[in-house]
Amino acid sequence: MLLPYFQALENSAIGQAIRESLWLFPFIEAFHLLALAVIGGAVLLVDFRLLGLGLRRQPVAVLAKDTQPWLLGSLMIMLASGVLLFLAESIKCYYSFAFWTKMTALALAILFTFTIRRRVTLADEVRVGPLWARVVALTSIALWATVGWGGRWIGFS
Amino acid sequence: MSLHSLMQWMADTEWSIGLHESRYAYSIIESVHVWTLCLFVGFAVLLDLRLLGLTLKRVPVSEITTRVLPWTKAAFAVMVVSGVLLYYAIPLRTYHNVFFRAKAILLVLAGLNAWAFHNGPVYRRLAEWDEAPVLPRRAKIAGAFSLALWAAIIFLGRMIAYNWFDCDTVQSAFIDSIAGCVR
Repeated sequence: MLLPYFQALENSAIGQAIRESLWLFPFIEAFHLLALAVIGGAVLLVDFRLLGLGLRRQPVAVLAKDTQPWLLGSLMIMLASGVLLFLAESIKCYYSFAFWTKMTALALAILFTFTIRRRVTLADEVRVGPLWARVVALTSIALWATVGWGGRWIGFS
Repeated sequence: MSLHSLMQWMADTEWSIGLHESRYAYSIIESVHVWTLCLFVGFAVLLDLRLLGLTLKRVPVSEITTRVLPWTKAAFAVMVVSGVLLYYAIPLRTYHNVFFRAKAILLVLAGLNAWAFHNGPVYRRLAEWDEAPVLPRRAKIAGAFSLALWAAIIFLGRMIAYNWFDCDTVQSAFIDSIAGCVR
């Protein structure tokens, strides 16, 4: 059903240009990885704090607010570079189990991060029980880890 | 015995062949390397950004070095172990890979930079600037160097997979010598 759309994207001018270049795809991949490191740090610092690890003396809200611009900035770079990589090999992605797993996990991760997790990290800590904080942190780590796993495995298929 | 023949010998060991030919082991180790990258470089970057005054300004630097740095170090250990296994799976080609060689040099530089900062005169006076939002110049320089080095290391690490300068391609004598190709 979606295949014609993926075909059209694969044939897009941008997709073709990236495929025809020897260096472009690897370069975009490298930027994707650089942003991955930054988003990893921004997400994990807060998730660790929710688990009672790392910067325990700081309020969760302070860490969440301070890392927010880095989370958003790196997410934008991830999405932009990810779209470019996808355009270069849309049809391969269409047939890739890892790609669909990654996209599902990514949608859930973004949704979760900017709704439930956001409310918990910015809320008054006394009102958020430690158990609930842990559940949120582990869910966040599991979702983002699946996104990372899927990304790496698109390349293996 | 030259390093080249040592790598040739390593490539012929049973475990190296096993890793190289395995259906899942190599890919799983790669995934671990990428996952741990988030933890290790992610946390290292946060300390660097703090030193540059770009995030966590209200958090004392000492709190990051005592509470977060142990995780950074543990993650680095996993990075090294998984990286060594990836090397061990493809030793000969990796040994002659120009990106790998550049990455190895930058890893040493990043190590020296971190060592120099954590053992230097500025760090010894940490108590004086611990909670300052804007830090001494030396601390900022260490953070900036670290950021640049780790960015370059990630970049080069990704490039190792590409075979543009492998020894089985026809290339200039200059690149041949950097790659240490045996012709």
